[in-house]
Amino acid sequence: MRARFRWGGVSRFIVRRLVLGLVVLFLVSLVVFAATQALPGDPARAILGRSATPTALAALRRHLHLNQPVFSQYWTWLTGLLRGNLGTSLAAQEPVTTLLGPKLVNSAVLVAVSAIVSIPLSIALGSWAALKRDKIFDTVSSNLLLVLAALPEFVVGVVLVILLATIVSQVLPAISTIPPGSRPWNYPSYLVLPALTLVIAVAPYVSRIVRASMIEVLESDYIEMARLKGLPERTVMLRHALPNALGPVFQVIALNLAYLAGGVIVVEYVFNYGGIGSAVQEAVLSHDLPVVQTLAMLIATVYVVLNLLADVATITVTPKLRTQL
Amino acid sequence: MIPVAGADMAAAAPLETPPVRATSLLRRSLRLWRTRIGVGLVVLLVLLAIVGPFVAPYGSGTFVAAPNSPPGKGAAFGTDYLGQDVLSRLLDGGRSILLLAFIATAVGLIAGVVIGLVAAYARNAFDDVLMRGMDVIMAFPQIMLALVAVAVVGAHPWVIIVAIALTTVPRIARVARGAALPVVERDFIACSEAMGVPRWRILFGDLLPNTLGPLMVEASLRMTYSIGLIAALAYIGLTINPNDPNWGLMIRENQIALTFQPWGAVLPIIAIALLTMGTGLIGDGIARTAAGIDRSRGAE
Repeated sequence: MRARFRWGGVSRFIVRRLVLGLVVLFLVSLVVFAATQALPGDPARAILGRSATPTALAALRRHLHLNQPVFSQYWTWLTGLLRGNLGTSLAAQEPVTTLLGPKLVNSAVLVAVSAIVSIPLSIALGSWAALKRDKIFDTVSSNLLLVLAALPEFVVGVVLVILLATIVSQVLPAISTIPPGSRPWNYPSYLVLPALTLVIAVAPYVSRIVRASMIEVLESDYIEMARLKGLPERTVMLRHALPNALGPVFQVIALNLAYLAGGVIVVEYVFNYGGIGSAVQEAVLSHDLPVVQTLAMLIATVYVVLNLLADVATITVTPKLRTQL
Repeated sequence: MIPVAGADMAAAAPLETPPVRATSLLRRSLRLWRTRIGVGLVVLLVLLAIVGPFVAPYGSGTFVAAPNSPPGKGAAFGTDYLGQDVLSRLLDGGRSILLLAFIATAVGLIAGVVIGLVAAYARNAFDDVLMRGMDVIMAFPQIMLALVAVAVVGAHPWVIIVAIALTTVPRIARVARGAALPVVERDFIACSEAMGVPRWRILFGDLLPNTLGPLMVEASLRMTYSIGLIAALAYIGLTINPNDPNWGLMIRENQIALTFQPWGAVLPIIAIALLTMGTGLIGDGIARTAAGIDRSRGAE
C-alpha cells in the first residue's frame, strides 16, 4: 500500500514534468519559427536565382506555402515536424532528413564517446577527492579542474592540437574530417582529440559537483550511523553515500550532456569534424531556413528531454526526495 | 566551460546569518591566494587590452615582413599569415572582446536579477510564467542562439551583446530566484510588507542584499563564459569587422601555420586562457568565502 502510494507520487511527478516539457517545447517551436521568419531575403528567390521569372517565383512560393498567412505556415511546419517531414534544404536541395542524418550520427557518436568517458571519470574523481578531502590529491585536482573549467572549449581544442598533433608531438591527427559515406567508428583516431576536448570541457564541472555533494553526504548523520553500526566502509560508500550524493549530480550531468549538444558546434569547427555543429554553421551562413529550424528544434528537444530524465533520475535515486512526493 | 548555475549554494547557506555586504565579501575573498591571483591576471590582461593599442610597435594592419616570418629583428614574435606584426595585433586584439563581454554580462546580470527577484517575490502563477519563459531561452545552447542572432541581423556589436546578454539572463535569474526564495518566507519581509514598504524597495532593499553572495559567484562565472563565447564567435568567423584584430580571430587565422610560426596562434591562446582563468579564480574565491569554508583555514 505504501509502496503503491509512493509510485503514484512518482508517476504524477513524471506526468507533470512531461507536460511542462511539452509546453516548453511548444514555446520553443514558436520562438524558432518567429526567429527564422525574421531572416532577411526571399527563400524562393534564393533557390531560383536572380534570373527567375515572376511566374516561377510565384509557383515556388505557392509550393513552399510562402503565400499563406504566417499562422498557417507555422501550422504546416509544426505538423510536418511532428510527422518527421522536415522540409527540403534550400541550399542543398535535399530533404533535411537525408542531409542531416549522417551528420547527426557523427555528432551523436562524438557526444556519446565524450559522455561515456567523462561521466564515470568525473564521478570517480569527485568522490575520491571528497574522500581524501584537503589531502594532496584533493587540493591538486580541485585547483587543476578549476583552471580547466575556465578555459573556452576551442582554446582547449587548439592547445590539444599543439600538444598532441603538431608542435610538441604528432601522435594524433590534427584534423578529423570524416569522409562522406563513412562512419566515425571507422576512424577511431579521429575521435580522440574532439572527444578529449569535450571531456576536458565537461568533466571539471561534474566532478566539482560530485565532490561537493559527496562531502555533504559524508558529513551527514546517517553515514555516521552506518559507520557506527559497524558496516564495512565499502558498503557505507556504495550503498549509503553514493546514491544520496548522485542526486544533484544527475541534474548536472543532464545539463552537461545538453551543453555537449551545443559545445560540439565549436569543437567540430576546431577539428573540421562533419557533424551537426558544422551543419548549424553552414545553414546559418547560407540562410538555409529549414535546416536552421530543424537543428534548433533538435537541440532544444535534446535539452528538454535530458532535463526531464535528470529530474526523474534524481527523484528515483534519492530516497529522501522520493518519500516526500 | 559549462553553463550551469550553482543555484544550490543559496539553499545551503544558514538562514540565521545576516547578509554579508558585497564589499566586505569581496574584501574577505581577497584573503585567499586564488582570488589574488585571479584579480592579478584580470588586471594584467585588462591593462594589456587598454594600454596595448598605444604601445603597439606597428599598426594592426601594417605589412611588416613576409607572411609567417619567425620572430626576428622587426617583429618580436614574428608575423602572421598576412605578414602583420603578431605582437601589435595581440596588443590591439583584447579591447573588443573585453568590452563586449563586460557589457553583455552586465546587461544580462541586471535583467536576470530583476526577473529572478520578481519571480521569487511573486509566489504565484506569474513566477511559473517567468521561469518557463527562462526555460525556453535556456533550451538553446548559448553559442547556437548567438549564431542565429548574428545570421539574422548581422555581426553588429549590439547584436552580439544582446545575444550573449539574452542567454545570460535565465541563468542569472535562476540563481537570483533560488537565493531569494528562502528569504521571501522570512519574517522581516512580512514586516516590511505590513509597514507598507513599496514593492520595489522590498525587492532591491530587502531581497537583493540577501542574494548577493551566490549572485556574485554566478556573475563571475557568466563573465568567464561571455569572454569564451565572444572569442569563440570570432574564432568561428563571426566578428564585427574581419580586419580588426581580435584574439579569437587571430587563433583561427594562424592555426594553419602552427608548425612553423606558432606565435600567431599561441599568444592569443595564452591571453584568452589567462583571462578566463582569472575570472574563474575570482569566482571560486568569492564562492569559497561566501560558503565560509575557508574561515577556519584562512589563506591557503
